[in-house]
Amino acid sequence: MTPDVALILGIDGLANGAVYLLAGLGLVLIFSVTRVVFVPFGDVAAFAALTLAAFETGRVPPTIGLVLVLTALALATEIGSLVRRGETARIPRALLGWGVLPLVPCLLAWLASRPGVPAPVHIATAVLLVVPIAPLLSRVVFQPIADASVLVLLIVSLALHFLLSGLGLLFFGPEGSRTQPLASGSLPLGDGFTVSGQVILMVASAIVLSGLFFLVFERTIAGKALRATAVNRVGARLVGIRPARTALLAYGCASLLAGLIGVLIAPVTTMYYDSGFIIGLKAFVAAIIGGLVSYPMTAIGALAVGVVESFASFWSGALKDVIVFSLLIPVLMLRSFLSVHAEEEEEEVDQ
Amino acid sequence: MSAAPTSEGAVAVERGAVAGAPAKRLPRRLLWIGLVVVVLALVPLLAGNFTVSLLNDIGIGALVALGLVLLTGIGGATSFGQAAFVGIAAYATAWLSTTQGLSPWIGLAFALGLTGLSALGIGLLTLRLGGHFLPLSTIAWGLSIAMLFGNVDALGRHTGLSNIPALTIGTFSLADPRAIYYLIWVLVGLAILFSHNLLQSRPGRAIRSLRGGAILLASVGADAYRVRLTLFVTAALFAGLAGWLYAHMNRFVSPSPFDVRASIEYLLMAVAGGLGHLTGALVGSALVLILKNGLQDVLPLLTQRAGQLEAVAFATLFILLLHFARGGLMGFVRRWTHRRARTQAPRQPMAAVAPLPHRTLPERGSLVLSVTGAVKRFGGLVAVNDVSFEVKAGEIMGLIGPNGAGKSTMFNLLTCTLPMTAGQVRFLGHDIGGMPQRKVARLGLARTFQHVKLRPHMTLLDNVALGAHARTTAGVLKAGLRLDRAEERQILQEAQRQLDRIGLGDRAHELAGSLPLGTQRILEIARALAADPVLLVLDEPAAGLRRKEKMALGDLLRKLREEGVTILIVEHDMDFVMKLVDRLVVMNFGSKLVEGVPSAVRADARVQAAYLGSVV
Repeated sequence: MTPDVALILGIDGLANGAVYLLAGLGLVLIFSVTRVVFVPFGDVAAFAALTLAAFETGRVPPTIGLVLVLTALALATEIGSLVRRGETARIPRALLGWGVLPLVPCLLAWLASRPGVPAPVHIATAVLLVVPIAPLLSRVVFQPIADASVLVLLIVSLALHFLLSGLGLLFFGPEGSRTQPLASGSLPLGDGFTVSGQVILMVASAIVLSGLFFLVFERTIAGKALRATAVNRVGARLVGIRPARTALLAYGCASLLAGLIGVLIAPVTTMYYDSGFIIGLKAFVAAIIGGLVSYPMTAIGALAVGVVESFASFWSGALKDVIVFSLLIPVLMLRSFLSVHAEEEEEEVDQ
Repeated sequence: MSAAPTSEGAVAVERGAVAGAPAKRLPRRLLWIGLVVVVLALVPLLAGNFTVSLLNDIGIGALVALGLVLLTGIGGATSFGQAAFVGIAAYATAWLSTTQGLSPWIGLAFALGLTGLSALGIGLLTLRLGGHFLPLSTIAWGLSIAMLFGNVDALGRHTGLSNIPALTIGTFSLADPRAIYYLIWVLVGLAILFSHNLLQSRPGRAIRSLRGGAILLASVGADAYRVRLTLFVTAALFAGLAGWLYAHMNRFVSPSPFDVRASIEYLLMAVAGGLGHLTGALVGSALVLILKNGLQDVLPLLTQRAGQLEAVAFATLFILLLHFARGGLMGFVRRWTHRRARTQAPRQPMAAVAPLPHRTLPERGSLVLSVTGAVKRFGGLVAVNDVSFEVKAGEIMGLIGPNGAGKSTMFNLLTCTLPMTAGQVRFLGHDIGGMPQRKVARLGLARTFQHVKLRPHMTLLDNVALGAHARTTAGVLKAGLRLDRAEERQILQEAQRQLDRIGLGDRAHELAGSLPLGTQRILEIARALAADPVLLVLDEPAAGLRRKEKMALGDLLRKLREEGVTILIVEHDMDFVMKLVDRLVVMNFGSKLVEGVPSAVRADARVQAAYLGSVV
């Protein structure tokens, strides 16, 4: 390997790492607030990419159908639980929040799928359209069992991934697609090197978004509520924070991040209905490096995963994923030496 | 071959008798087992090829699910990579018997060895990290191993390995599904029996207590990490056995049946059947595979995208199960049978056996425990500040103080539950500062907990028997093969003796969770006594007891003192302590205030000021 190749691989790795960074932030956000390891994160990103691809080929994105189905399910769950608790007076509000609100991006998407709409609108709509997915899923699947153990939530989450990838196949079909580059042109880096605009865009978005993330968490009330729920659920409840609402907020933010990842990655990788899983899992490797709680460590982990992946693909394209996952071994070893045991009651699955 | 099911029935009879299971329920349970065995033995004679093949698949699935029931349902850890273990074994034996041309029976040893080693390696890395790290990393290696199979030339890449020889016993070939059927089901029966034996034994009690936390296990001298590791390897070996059968039954292996999706299906089997019950594995495997077959028949009639809908249907079913029926089918069955027949079993007299060997207690008055200059800081807070005291053999020493005095922290320091910042603790001449709690327990220091740590779903007898863990040695293999029975009888006799001692002897087969909190504390004392301790350290044993119970507890402790057991007691109830103890240490604001006999302490102005406030 020459230094030139190493440089190219390094830059490539940085772009990958940017994606894993965003995904890792979303995963840590959801986990810390809800204790759910949100495996379907990558699927949401894949759906955003496929939505954009549908726009570009002039089709109405099938995602609309998916969101409509989820909306109906969430609405039914919400109204069901309201009726059970005898709070029928709140049904109109539920209709508005769970029924009408998710329809807005659907309507936008339907309008955007007509000919003559400029590309930036397509991109924005594709991201917007997937934003309701994670919150709706959480309402249907996770909120009813919010107090279950992490283990149960994880099993549910993994099953949910298989459900979503099945639905993805039904709605999008088995074909893969790749979209137009978001940024054209390239930046010459002296000595005949160029960095493509897409890579710059990916890295810049990661930096800007994680900066925003930091600001929201540190400076806004909503961000502080999220942090409070993450630190202590009961305590947060006592000071008037509703865990279910913060959970929704977390899912919404994560969904937004997933949408952005989807449109960022769609021009550089051919996306299939199930491509999200591997992206999500690599982000998990990054999140595990951060112990599933630390944002800065997750960021470092994400960059490490991205760089390892790009070098691994140079040596063996087929085994690059195996190499990335085996990165977990030293990480887990280190963690197991450093870990201080907090005594907690172990998980009970069957009760 | 048909002899095997009968021998299984015979062992079941013996099992019921020894475990002292309720006499009334025994015949019905036996009847069921016998019925299942007979039906299974007859199936190949009566049913068609399709049914036999389906049952073969169910048996193999049940083996894997059985491991998951043990690991997840009973041990509280989980693996999303169980199919990878099946794959390692299947590929191992396939490679050995095709490219190397060796006998499948050598393949069995190789497959199990390789699976066990892989599980050991993975377990060593991940099991020390509690909680979600293990399952998350299992997803990663579950994927990696399946990908590896698909990319290694020697393993045939994505096309896999074919022409795997069929099993033979002597010259008799098991190529026919009807022939291998018996082998599969005998192995399933043996695996269930092994697991059943395991759970009713010394290592089994430790496994069932895993969910009570590492500190509970350490307090009886067991290492939660090692217990979990053993359990993980055992579960993997069941999967390995299944993989070996799979390879020689299908005589072809390819990567896809061993990926994460397959692992989830095995987990679905375990959950659907009921994670809390060994039979859940069997029931769940049957449920899932029959349903899968049904879906494969029905869905193509409804839609052209049957394969996709099948995945969706399964995932939906799994989520619904976890929402509404986490106990699985066996959970329902168990609840139903319990409602009908839950009469208190009459106590069966156990034949007397030689008692477990006792420790020689130190001579009365000799030094048992000495604390010198103990300091514990939590960040800037000094919870224990330079405390020193000694406990002598055969005395009852009290440790009291107002709320926040640092009693509990002191307690945790001398039982080595918390590391000390500075100072020294010596127990029977050993410097135990920095020693793991487990080792201290093995030296003869037994404790109880302020927040009771009992296993509510285990009987009183099993809870107390757990206390004798460090005095005995039987391991998983010995227990599973029932070679531990002599020792097991000794343990149960000892546990029964301790239960009799605290007056709960006739409730030995009730569940610990059904006791009121105060009585649970007393039960913890019995568990501590089963460890044959030199020093018994009690954390607020009288809390939640009524007056009469307190008096009985006082009598018990006095009797123990007469027998030479040394007792250190942390207590709030002043009246109880003053009447009981020989000497007292009073702590306030993390420091030792006074040490002396009760009457002197009671008269001490500083103690009165600490408790009642000073007038100055």
